[in-house]
Amino acid sequence: MSGSDTSGRQETAAPAIELQGISKAFGPVQANKDISIRVMPGTIHGIIGENGAGKSTLMSILYGFYKADKGEIFIAGQKTDIPDSQAAIAAGIGMVFQHFKLVENFTVLENIILGAEDGGLLTPSLAKARKTLLELEHEYGLNVDPDAVIEELGVGMQQRVEILKALYRQADILILDEPTGVLTPAEADQLFRILDRLREEGKTIILITHKLREIMEATDTVSVMRRGEMTATVKTKDTSPAELAELMVGRKVLLRVDKKPAVPGDVVLDIKNLHVVDDKGVERLKGIDLQVRAGEIVGIAGVAGNGQSELLEVLGGYADATGEIRVNGQPLDLSGKHSDGRSRRARGIAHVPEDRQREGLIMDFSAWENTAFGYHRDPDYQSGVLLNNAAIRADTEAKMERFDVRPPNPGLAAKNFSGGNQQKIVLAREIERNPDLLLVGQPTRGVDIGAIEFIHQQIVALRDKGKAVLLVSVELEEILALADRVAVMFDGHIMGERMSAETDEKELGLLMAGVGN
Amino acid sequence: MDFLTLIQLLDSTVRLATPLLLACLAGLFSERAGIFDIGLEGKMLAAAFFSAAIAALTGSVWIGLLAGITASMLFSLLHGLASITFRGNQLISGVAINFLAAGLTVLIAQDWFSQGGRTPSLMGGARFEPITLPFAEAFGSVPFIGPIYQELISGHSILVYLAFAMVPLTWWILFRTRFGLRLRAVGENPAAVDTAGVSVVGLRYAAVMICGVLCGIAGAYLSTALQAGFVKDMSAGRGFIALAALIFAKWRPWYALYATLLFGLFGALETRPDVIEALFGIKVQGALLGALPYVMTVIILAGFVGKAIPPRAGGEPYVKER
Amino acid sequence: MEVMPKWAEVTLVPLISLLLAAILSALVILAIGEDPIAAVNLMVTGALGSTYGWGYTLYYATNFLFTGLAVSVAFHAGLFNIGGEGQAMLGGLGVALACLLIPWPHWTLALLGAAGAAALFGAAWAAIPAFLQAKRGSHIVITTIMFNFIGAAVLNYVLVNLMRPAGSMDPATARFPETTHLPTLHDILAPIGINFSKSAPANVTFLIALLACVLVWFLLWRTWLGYEIRSYGKSEPAAKYGGISPTAITMIAMLISGGLAGLMAINNVMGEAERLVLNAVEGAGFIGIAVALMGRSHPFGVLLAAILFGFLYQGGAELALWTSIPRELIVVIQALVILFTGALDNMVRMPLERLFLMMRRRNA
Repeated sequence: MSGSDTSGRQETAAPAIELQGISKAFGPVQANKDISIRVMPGTIHGIIGENGAGKSTLMSILYGFYKADKGEIFIAGQKTDIPDSQAAIAAGIGMVFQHFKLVENFTVLENIILGAEDGGLLTPSLAKARKTLLELEHEYGLNVDPDAVIEELGVGMQQRVEILKALYRQADILILDEPTGVLTPAEADQLFRILDRLREEGKTIILITHKLREIMEATDTVSVMRRGEMTATVKTKDTSPAELAELMVGRKVLLRVDKKPAVPGDVVLDIKNLHVVDDKGVERLKGIDLQVRAGEIVGIAGVAGNGQSELLEVLGGYADATGEIRVNGQPLDLSGKHSDGRSRRARGIAHVPEDRQREGLIMDFSAWENTAFGYHRDPDYQSGVLLNNAAIRADTEAKMERFDVRPPNPGLAAKNFSGGNQQKIVLAREIERNPDLLLVGQPTRGVDIGAIEFIHQQIVALRDKGKAVLLVSVELEEILALADRVAVMFDGHIMGERMSAETDEKELGLLMAGVGN
Repeated sequence: MDFLTLIQLLDSTVRLATPLLLACLAGLFSERAGIFDIGLEGKMLAAAFFSAAIAALTGSVWIGLLAGITASMLFSLLHGLASITFRGNQLISGVAINFLAAGLTVLIAQDWFSQGGRTPSLMGGARFEPITLPFAEAFGSVPFIGPIYQELISGHSILVYLAFAMVPLTWWILFRTRFGLRLRAVGENPAAVDTAGVSVVGLRYAAVMICGVLCGIAGAYLSTALQAGFVKDMSAGRGFIALAALIFAKWRPWYALYATLLFGLFGALETRPDVIEALFGIKVQGALLGALPYVMTVIILAGFVGKAIPPRAGGEPYVKER
Repeated sequence: MEVMPKWAEVTLVPLISLLLAAILSALVILAIGEDPIAAVNLMVTGALGSTYGWGYTLYYATNFLFTGLAVSVAFHAGLFNIGGEGQAMLGGLGVALACLLIPWPHWTLALLGAAGAAALFGAAWAAIPAFLQAKRGSHIVITTIMFNFIGAAVLNYVLVNLMRPAGSMDPATARFPETTHLPTLHDILAPIGINFSKSAPANVTFLIALLACVLVWFLLWRTWLGYEIRSYGKSEPAAKYGGISPTAITMIAMLISGGLAGLMAINNVMGEAERLVLNAVEGAGFIGIAVALMGRSHPFGVLLAAILFGFLYQGGAELALWTSIPRELIVVIQALVILFTGALDNMVRMPLERLFLMMRRRNA
């Protein structure tokens, strides 16, 4: 798949894209620092970096979403100003965003022509577009029904529509931002075949990702970004995942957690035949069976959107379900009055939610108000109808010290802490309640390296105290490093369970794709 | 109830439905583009005053109409400024516009005319007169169809015909033109429009200004056609009934016509308690009948009779994000 | 990152908005050929220059306190209650029924009973929109607007057909009995040697409104219920995660809001008119929106804003009496306040934030 020959052939031509000295700051945060990059035509160029490294900002500048503070853009050797998306489209740039920009209740065809209509009247535009679209579909092997309504299509199909949108606008340069985040490995492979075909037709592709595997498999050249800077650009065939990882992080990291072998005890969480139907009537969990014992960490692996979030929601008490869940042998209510976050906490279930900014914290509340959140009706935080604000504050100060939250200021609003410190506030709140079962969703998403280690240590420490931990993460590495046992979810089912010491990414990857037992 | 009474009732239904229809279509353009507008009432009121005032001063109802539309559009501009440019709360902006119009119209009316917040009565060319359609007289004697043509279809002011013509036109613009496609898209997912290289701000301003024009005509109709001059608070909640009709119509042009005709009929019945008594044998209080559109809208909103789903991006200011 | 210090957020933003509204109002006065400075003078003397003026100012302020608090409590739960007008109308019905149907031995008991009825009726009128929002997702702004109109129709029907005394042409109830008449500020202040105007309508309800202010503050920032209301208002997903029921909080917040709006009736219906008339609320429900926005939904801010609007109302009445400036000027000012403190908030805030950022950079 690595097409070094094609890139070699074109080395003498002008670069399809050249950026020189691009800088961009958001307030005090320098998102891009003096970035220069050359992408040759007819190649797939990867840009890899951690969350927050500045990849998306850079591409947004290229697509006219943001204006760079400094620097110049050359397209096919021509200096080009890109003040808005229109200019980007005119320069032959197409972009497939991480979150698709489609009108959900429009048809595929309507979405394709939006903004690229042919004259003021729709009927002739649509007729003409239908013809062109069918030609494009044929040319690139991208079959989509032009009359399907977007909301009835799966994510993989929707992504095709986004690619067709760019092609319809005669884009020569296609930028894809984290395109596989919502895809199964099989769908991702299919996407990479499409990209290969596009490259063969002479298109230039920029692939933004934080997954090393994709870079190694799909790209010709790769640039690495770290904290707003471009640390290296290398030919993919001349590098290795280990080298790229080091370039990304800045030091050699072994994402390994020091932990003793687990000593599983009694069953704490026992899930039998759990079903969830969401409010659109779609069945999200299709009969889950799972056990978590005291003193072990069970990791749930899977591509985002295969039911992991729903599982956490049910366990956390804010989605209804049918089936049976027992905690320490006693059944939980799965709907009705006693199926809410408060009742769950009373049963010794603590929950670090997947999205701390949306669920775990109230961003406008101060740290101390957030420390009480969910436990605000516990006796030590209240007296009668009143909150005991002084006690909550004192408790917050103590927790901030133990979890090294910086700055240690209980009065500061949650939104003013960094991602890692926000997560520490949530973790401190949940872990220090000494729960029997801890639910953790994406514990280190958007968290800096230093805090990741600390957070992992805290989770392992809780396990070593004999508590049960259920970990959901889309990062396979994290699951393998942290979990004692791994269950893989696909399409609302548990595809299989493995001991983490006895499996690897490849085997799990197959399970995540729905292949296997 | 005899045939003639029915014709009369339907005739006044049409006259009362006209301002509702214009305001409802105005709201339709705005809300389809994602800008909620509870300021229809205020814009109508402002337009009603300025058309009557300028018509009274110039003696020309057409200049009056223009003035009314201009006034309404200025308020639309303010709404656009607050809700598009400064990304403020669209509902609060609408509330402010309603009060601003309620206060300013009386203030200026008092300053210009000193007649207790009224304009002088409009006469002659300062009013929209009924138009007699061709052969109305001749057809009048034909049984059944004759009176319908002469009394019901003929004999309205030009603005009534304009309002009814706006229904297919609105449908055509929304569903058959590029502008309509983009307008609907921006109300559903502005990010899609933005990344397609079309200006979200431009589209939304266009929608809000069209809303201003239509509200302006609706207001002008109130003071220069339905009545002869402006009186304080003469919009009398019609902007809100139009809003109710818009929800009732599920943001669709043809349904908007049916909804406003229905609400117009309630209005017509309100003034004819004798008809209701003759029909149903009970006395119904006019006030309660007047509340019927609001009650029906609540029932629709409650989703007991089909769910009304507003444009998905409605009410949300658009902020670019990666 | 916090760009603006908190003090600037709570003082500068509303003050600048108010200043903008004042400047525009002055321009309006100039445009209709009157002298703004003379107008302000007249308003100050008329509203604050005598205990008579104060009596009216505080009377209006009492109304606005209740409706302002009503809007504020709903705002804290993330709900925009435009239905204060209708809820206050129905509160009036509650007061009238309580005062006319029950033979109260003393005004204190009558006040308690009427206040209960007012709050109950107001809350009941908010309950249906609240329920529809919580259970069916019907937009509460639209439903409360609709309920204002439905409320007016219901009141009209009740007054014309059911509660109008025989022989009266007026759509109003009979006068309330003597024992339900509330003491005015004159009655309260006379024993301690303060001579307050006898004819001004301000009455004991003002003290109750102040008490309501304190209670609302207490509720919002000292009780777990208030904490839950504020949490829900800031983030619904977080509230669900935290075990806070959206349905319960929507209902509770709206019932409190409606109850507060309804309570207004003990001031205007029981304290002043001493009978229920058709247009008793006179837009106070809507002014509550301006008051809540201006007071940043904080009870203390609401108190200041309510007194300011009380002053504007009384001053405006004086203006209308002595000059050719109609009372509607106040409606314009009210609109401008809503516009600047509510809808155009960002217009005021953005330059301020830039200023603070610049100052911080210079200091750094």
